[in-house]
Amino acid sequence: MIIPHPLLGPRDSQEFTIMGDAKLLARPDGLADGAEAAFFDYLYLRDNPAGLHRELWYHEQGDRSWLVVTRDTLTHEILGAELASDVARRLAEGAA
Amino acid sequence: MTRITGGLIDRSQTLNFTFDGKRYAGHPGDTLASALLANGVRLMGRSFKYHRPRGVVAAGSEEPNALVTVGSGARATPNTRATVVELFDGLQATSQNRWPSLAVDALGVNDLLSPFFAAGFYYKTFMWPKSFWEKLYEPIIRRAAGLGKLPMQADPDAYDKGYLHCDLLVIGGGAAGLAAALTAARAGAQVVLADEDFRLGGRLLAESHALDDAPPTDWLAGVTAELRSLPNLRILTRTTVFGAYDHGIYGAVEHVSDHLAEPGGRVRQTLWRITAKRSLLAAGAIERHIPFANNDRPGVMLAGAMRAYANRWAVTPQARDGDRVAIFANNDDGHRTALDLMARGVPIFGVIDPREDAPRLGECQLFAGGQVTGTQGRLGLSSIRIAHQGRNDWYECAALGVSGGWNPNLHLAAHHRGRPVWDDALQAFVPGPDGPPGLCAIGAAAGQGTTAAALASGAKGAQDALRDLGIAASLPDLPVAEDHSAPPAPIWHVPGPGRAWVDFQNDVTVKDIALAHRENMRSVEHMKRWTTLGMATDQGKTANVTALAVMAELTGQSIPQTGTTVFRPPYTPVAISALSGGDPGTHFKPTRLTPTHHWAAERGAVFIESGQWMRAQYYPRPGETHWRQSVDREAQAVRAGVGICDVTTLGKIDVQGGDAAAFLDRLYANTMSTLKVGRVRYGLMLREDGFVYDDGTCARLAQDHFVVTTTTANAGLVYRNMEFARQGLWPDLDVQIISTTDAWAQIAVAGPKSRALLERVVDDADLSNEAFPFMACDTLTVCGGLRARLFRISFSGELAYELAVPARYGAALMDRLMAKGADLGVVPYGLEALNVLRIEKGHCTAAEVNGQTTAQMLGLGRMVSQKKDALGVVLSRREGLVGERRALVGLMPADPATPLVGGAHLFTAGAAQKTETDQGWITSVCYSPHLNSHIGLGFLENGADRLGEEITAANPLAGTDVTVRVVSPHFLDPEGGRLRD
Amino acid sequence: MRFSGFRVVKEALTGHKGWKPLWRDPDPQPAYDIVIVGGGGHGLATAYYLANTFDKPRVAVLEKGWLGGGNIGRNTTIVRSNYLLPGNQPFYEFSLKLWEGLEQEFNFNAMMSQRGILNLIHSDAQRDAYRRRGNAMLLSGADAELLDLAAVRDMYPFLNFDNARFPIRGGLLQRRAGTARHDAVAWGFARGADLAGVDLIQNCEVTGFRIENGTVKGVETTRGYVGAGKVGVAVAGSTTRVMEKAGLRLPIESQGLQAFVSEGLKPAIDGVITFGAGHFYISQSDKGGLVFGGDIESYNSYAQRGNLPVVEDVMECGMAMLPGIGRARVLRSWGGIMDMTMDGSPIIDRTPVQGLYLNGGWCYGGFKATPASGYTFAHLLATDTPHPVTTAMRLDRFERGHLIDEKGAGAQPNLH
Repeated sequence: MIIPHPLLGPRDSQEFTIMGDAKLLARPDGLADGAEAAFFDYLYLRDNPAGLHRELWYHEQGDRSWLVVTRDTLTHEILGAELASDVARRLAEGAA
Repeated sequence: MTRITGGLIDRSQTLNFTFDGKRYAGHPGDTLASALLANGVRLMGRSFKYHRPRGVVAAGSEEPNALVTVGSGARATPNTRATVVELFDGLQATSQNRWPSLAVDALGVNDLLSPFFAAGFYYKTFMWPKSFWEKLYEPIIRRAAGLGKLPMQADPDAYDKGYLHCDLLVIGGGAAGLAAALTAARAGAQVVLADEDFRLGGRLLAESHALDDAPPTDWLAGVTAELRSLPNLRILTRTTVFGAYDHGIYGAVEHVSDHLAEPGGRVRQTLWRITAKRSLLAAGAIERHIPFANNDRPGVMLAGAMRAYANRWAVTPQARDGDRVAIFANNDDGHRTALDLMARGVPIFGVIDPREDAPRLGECQLFAGGQVTGTQGRLGLSSIRIAHQGRNDWYECAALGVSGGWNPNLHLAAHHRGRPVWDDALQAFVPGPDGPPGLCAIGAAAGQGTTAAALASGAKGAQDALRDLGIAASLPDLPVAEDHSAPPAPIWHVPGPGRAWVDFQNDVTVKDIALAHRENMRSVEHMKRWTTLGMATDQGKTANVTALAVMAELTGQSIPQTGTTVFRPPYTPVAISALSGGDPGTHFKPTRLTPTHHWAAERGAVFIESGQWMRAQYYPRPGETHWRQSVDREAQAVRAGVGICDVTTLGKIDVQGGDAAAFLDRLYANTMSTLKVGRVRYGLMLREDGFVYDDGTCARLAQDHFVVTTTTANAGLVYRNMEFARQGLWPDLDVQIISTTDAWAQIAVAGPKSRALLERVVDDADLSNEAFPFMACDTLTVCGGLRARLFRISFSGELAYELAVPARYGAALMDRLMAKGADLGVVPYGLEALNVLRIEKGHCTAAEVNGQTTAQMLGLGRMVSQKKDALGVVLSRREGLVGERRALVGLMPADPATPLVGGAHLFTAGAAQKTETDQGWITSVCYSPHLNSHIGLGFLENGADRLGEEITAANPLAGTDVTVRVVSPHFLDPEGGRLRD
Repeated sequence: MRFSGFRVVKEALTGHKGWKPLWRDPDPQPAYDIVIVGGGGHGLATAYYLANTFDKPRVAVLEKGWLGGGNIGRNTTIVRSNYLLPGNQPFYEFSLKLWEGLEQEFNFNAMMSQRGILNLIHSDAQRDAYRRRGNAMLLSGADAELLDLAAVRDMYPFLNFDNARFPIRGGLLQRRAGTARHDAVAWGFARGADLAGVDLIQNCEVTGFRIENGTVKGVETTRGYVGAGKVGVAVAGSTTRVMEKAGLRLPIESQGLQAFVSEGLKPAIDGVITFGAGHFYISQSDKGGLVFGGDIESYNSYAQRGNLPVVEDVMECGMAMLPGIGRARVLRSWGGIMDMTMDGSPIIDRTPVQGLYLNGGWCYGGFKATPASGYTFAHLLATDTPHPVTTAMRLDRFERGHLIDEKGAGAQPNLH
């Protein structure tokens, strides 16, 4: 596969390590009430869609960026990639 | 003997080769198959199941029958299709799957027993008595199965891998592919043209009809010359594009030197990973045959192959000149073979065409509405039976060309699992609309099978593909070519009582398909699996569509309703060596050497793999004959004096920024922000699921600067996880991190005399216990100005330090420490002594922290701060983790001389030993020279409450039980006085 | 019709006219006591044991494609019980014991062949880990042997002993492990279920569940509504897609796994061998093909195909272990969808929907589990109590922290 790195352009997927669902960016507050249930959902439950999937790729053999890649799990078509830090900031602002 | 004039072989040179030990000669331009045919050899192999005598059927990579072993010794390559082996001088080929010889094969008896070997027979028997399957039946089946023999010696050849990038990849260099390549290359696009043959031209090489009133080779010569002159086009001949992968990546294997008698320094094969913006599949078409009774004898071949052998290789298919040849075809194209052969003086006695309205295309007998219903000839065809106008007569016939029409070679277009679609006019499947993105089929692969259509569709395909990329290409002038479309009549097999082969190699007949139908194995996948159709080395290239048609006929469904099986890479079989890059030997993975590796090697150190690292295991001295002697000595030297050990492999991560402390508070289960500058703290890192991930130290070098260490095994993983936390979880924290594992050589200096030794190398620093106490750290200089970091941390339980200097000074530092400490008795110590020292102190390594361990199990439960939000804290509170009762304990055998073993399981003394009573296991063991006893660490149910109890350490694998006493894991100095002095 | 050598001879002599369909092709009835969703190995085995062992003949298996067309139709055929943890090992040993009598039980030769599995050991730490595992196997009633280097060399002299980056130092051997003809396992269970009255319904995709007051009443399918007293779902890689229709989210990701077979070769590798310094395992089929595989693709996928990086990695590992296979050619690769759970172990349990039961999360190890998975799932469906060897395979273990994490890899499916 070819990953469209937002900073470095198209890169071979072999340079990357994959972690899975990008929902892992939305880490719950560990000090809030009900944190255990929230963390169970966060860490364990997956939509596992057949179709568009937002997922985390780490440019381990490259610039060490974590990316959020939007990819179709039926066709493997990639619709885009952005820096995980950008997505995380948007999440923090409640905009994503 | 059957060599005729013309052809594309170089008669000025003779190449000698052997087949089954017998010497033959051929010419450059020959394949092994054409050269054998030219020498009158028709019998080339035996079929898989019935060991039927077989000859060559095809002229290309779809060949099902003519499989031979090429080469000998470690270079013997089994199952090589004779049709794609380019002849070279000295080539050795050997037939397969026969004993004692190809002509006389004992297992030919299987053919007589064939009624018992119908599709699926083995699923119904061989079950009684039960033990006979493995003792009798299966060994017989295994011995009989298989084709060629693998030498099972390391592959001595070299292989290569490479990347190519292009605008347009053209797969196939026939009429369509050449027109496409020419169009694209002239437009300036970056083009790769790949063809599995050793010569460009594809089917044009096999045909006699004119291009612009000249032989096709004239046009080919001109185009090839122009293509070779264009710098933006790369021609890869002998290169099979075997798979279409994601995002325009194609796998291809180039046979670089398989065809050379003397490869010189060249690799045997190269794996190319070609990334193409667009690709054109110009793989042509594969002819199908028409099953009829005993249609598998040597001498029966595809009509198109027969024509190719005559036109390209100047060989005729019969064993002797003058023998009569016939053609059996349900389409006009088959008749062309008769015409071409007659033009070359081969006696054609007739064309049998089941179409009542078959056209008369040449001066030979036409059996319109006729069918071939049988053959004779033990090791080669001698006569055929023709049913025609109510008669069913035998005719002498030495060779029969069969054509059932052509199947577009759409394999790669279906590699993304898009299904082919049925074209009723063509009576064939063509590539469907949902092929790999960016790939388009052209020419015969797209059903554009006439030469004129192939040329035009190639040029147009290239123009369209480049337009997508914003490159304008103009269509080249194409030669005038034949344009006679010849779709076959829907006649798929000749019904009758005999066996009619559909899949030659796996011996699947029309009857087997009928049996699959009778037994309700009717879906194509069931039919395939029940009969093994299409599962041979040719993957059914000449068989599958015919089989579908036969099944469709039986079920009354249409062929498209019956459907196809799945097309999967590789298109043709690819050597494991080519895909792997060859035998890697010790280069399988990178080898990481510590900065003191050569220093240690010079001192005779024995090394051991530690992940990708090589670490000094121990330093044997003269007279030490057993590793334990060296390890005991080194461990004792540390506890009695001072030892030095390279611990560079521990991960080192530099953490800087205004929020560095806050960041570490979120990563570690314990608190780091309260750590004072100049101090070190043990750090416990959990995985988000609450289990222990890693442990190490955090040293605060400045208010906004920490250096954290990880275990050797987890250095990369922890760093990855920290980057995830920094970028993905808390991107607004002011913190930067970098791995510095390789930048610093880190040397442990351990033992009661370590301070005395360090005072001799450190510049102007006060190392007294008051000025530099346990868990202190500082940046300073050593050896007269070399920048360094000093940490007073201890893995051995002794007064100890770790000293870090820039990596390139690691070996020099070891030398200096050895020189300065000679009078202190300093010794270098290796990984084994390090392990002894840490087990004696009850420190954990990967054996204890294996991803299944909770902080509680390690006795570190209270380190997990519940006051802050850090990775893993919340989920460590789950019932299953909190309820975990196993705890780390020390174990001492009742008899100190009895060794313990890691992986032994722990039981209450006297208890029955089974899964239900299992109470834990031993994680680490060593001999403690300080306790004069074997000792171990382990996890034990309620271990913390069982100190003093005698339990059983069972190792059922060796049948041994050892009585052990449960003790504190801190065998030595449990109060920790030594490391604080 | 019972299969036997006698029958084969009789049919051979009479032109094979007497063979009957291996199973009927019935239309779905309006309702069944139990509906199994998924006609793969586990679903068919479940139906087989429901009808033959638990006396529940009013059972239907609904399969969206063809019987045995899931991962039982494409796998590396390995059967073994060499697990470490008490939540797993007794289950797999139970399965292996079922395998040992399976062919006589269902009257179909699935070519179960106890050729042994050898896990290579390359380091002292690995030896300790394998010793712990081997002992756990023996304690569960399975067989295991820890081999030293000389014994490994005796067994497989062609392994890379002399030029390896990670030298072989020994191995863990389970002699009772082996291989079986994967399709035949599906067919044997299917035929045995059909003979016992189970309706096997192909080309029948479940499109939804009818759930009333928290209780499942039946399933909507492409061939109409089918009522059911209970519904058991055993759909492997499609688990989350099917269970989503019942409103359930699961700790599962679907990922691709490739495997490979070489051209047919004369017998060279007798048993199953696994590499200990990379992901690679290999055996040789009765037809002569080298059957091998390695790591999963690591990204979520329903595409049933893989990519070149894993192909190359598998081949590199293979050559590092067995440099003598280099001149064999890869004939075919294939790709399946693996239902990867968050701890690498399966789920056989009730669900929050009354009457709806789940059998899934087999990761890439479901084949060897087929008989026990079917037997214990049938036990659960028939009796509403978990079979004793599946008590740890609960759906709520993730929430409660009772994980069965053989590798200690944590909640990241592609690491299991």
